[in-house]
Amino acid sequence: MIRRSNKPVFWSLFGAGGMVSALIGPMLVFVTGIAVPLGFLLPHDALRYERMLALAHNPAGKLALAVVISLFLFHGCHRFYHCLHDFGIHVTAGMKAACHGFAAAGTALAVYLLLVIGF
Amino acid sequence: MPAPNLLNRYTRPMEGWWRRNPFYLWYMLREASCVFIIAYALVLLCGLYRLSQGEAAFNGWLAALATPRSIAFHGITAMMVLYHAWTWFKVMPKTLPFIHIGGKRMPDAAIVTSGLAAAVVLSALLFVLVWSGRS
Amino acid sequence: MTTTRIIEIECQRFNPQTDSEPHFQSYQVPFSEEMSVLQGLQYIKDHLDGSLTFRWSCRMAICGSCGSMVNGVPQLSCHTFLRDYFPDKVRIEPLNHFPVLRDLAIDQTDFLAKLESVKPYLIPDTEKTPAQGTYLQTPQQMDEYYQYSECINCLLCYAACPQYGLNKEFTGPAALALLHRYNADSRDAGSAERMEVINGENGVWGCTLVSYCSEVCPKGVDPARAINQNKINSTKDYFLRFLQPRGGK
Repeated sequence: MIRRSNKPVFWSLFGAGGMVSALIGPMLVFVTGIAVPLGFLLPHDALRYERMLALAHNPAGKLALAVVISLFLFHGCHRFYHCLHDFGIHVTAGMKAACHGFAAAGTALAVYLLLVIGF
Repeated sequence: MPAPNLLNRYTRPMEGWWRRNPFYLWYMLREASCVFIIAYALVLLCGLYRLSQGEAAFNGWLAALATPRSIAFHGITAMMVLYHAWTWFKVMPKTLPFIHIGGKRMPDAAIVTSGLAAAVVLSALLFVLVWSGRS
Repeated sequence: MTTTRIIEIECQRFNPQTDSEPHFQSYQVPFSEEMSVLQGLQYIKDHLDGSLTFRWSCRMAICGSCGSMVNGVPQLSCHTFLRDYFPDKVRIEPLNHFPVLRDLAIDQTDFLAKLESVKPYLIPDTEKTPAQGTYLQTPQQMDEYYQYSECINCLLCYAACPQYGLNKEFTGPAALALLHRYNADSRDAGSAERMEVINGENGVWGCTLVSYCSEVCPKGVDPARAINQNKINSTKDYFLRFLQPRGGK
């Protein structure tokens, strides 16, 4: 009997994160990291405090923020341990758990902060 | 008569395998994009944390985003995420069963194009959404 | 046009009785426009060095015996032409990721065991006698598996796959493509038996979609596709089993 891999769980999260980051990732990075800070194509105040707070208060906005942060982390962390394997590093069960745990911790922190910010 | 040692085998070691072929280098570049995606998620997480602390803290985060170092980081990240997106849609047909429309198999190019088109449309929507909130 | 030119062919040599590591040996080979790399090797064996060992049989890209690394790329040497490399030299090595027996001949024992593990034969639900007639199939049902049935077991995909190189337990491209070839066949009812191989850590989950296997396949099999669509099947199988009644398969 060959043992069933638990990859389906983490591969689904990897795939979902890969899809979200492929669909809107480049634009998101451009908007928050380049356009708004430089005032290039978008005004400096597009990400101003009141607006971002309103986004974080809105249930749909909360969901969007949590999904982006969580899935980006799960996507990246899953690929990261494959990277280690590709570089010839033996990936132990503990290292895999650490990678997925890191993503889970990031998700928990994001959800906690969104709850703290309130509705 | 002693048998000659024909069982002696040579197996090439894998050290530096990704340098053997440009195809592997592009693959490793794709895989390396994960580091930038993780880092970007942490930047956003940090922003969320500063947002929870109030206006002054959040403005500090915004100011940090405008530093040359941050701009350079986001420039590289944008390129890496763009490469990730391109490769993601390029291999998308490989992850799907054959799709038959009207008895004909959907060509791979059509699957790749629809993926890229969806990315362009959603990215444009995101841009307009951010742009529409200017004061 | 039968102009003869001279090309340098550099072969990896390894003699298991005397060598601990392989080395390269160069040969000056006269060639004409229509000569394949395999014919270059045959010229060396016939005229320059009878000790050079390599496998070949059909000379027409169907037997799958003559796979080797040609300038670092997995190729069928009968399917690759010297004219495309001239005036540079051609470097020929045994297929990557396999133990070398001698010169260009590799040991495929590991692959044969993997091939057997995927049950690469039709397992019909109920066996028909010839009197009961043939198994019918529509063109679309045939289209589902046909390209995967084109595999000639030449192992170029294994030589292209770093995941197989890094982890010899990985079932690998050709065996998984053949697994899918039978699972996708409407006449077959053996999917459940093969699912165990797919679902394991060294089944489809050993793949990271490098997709070079599909690039180098001389028969257009696209093993990367066979493997990666089964990641979805394995995921469905993983979650749906919780919805099935206990004791159900």
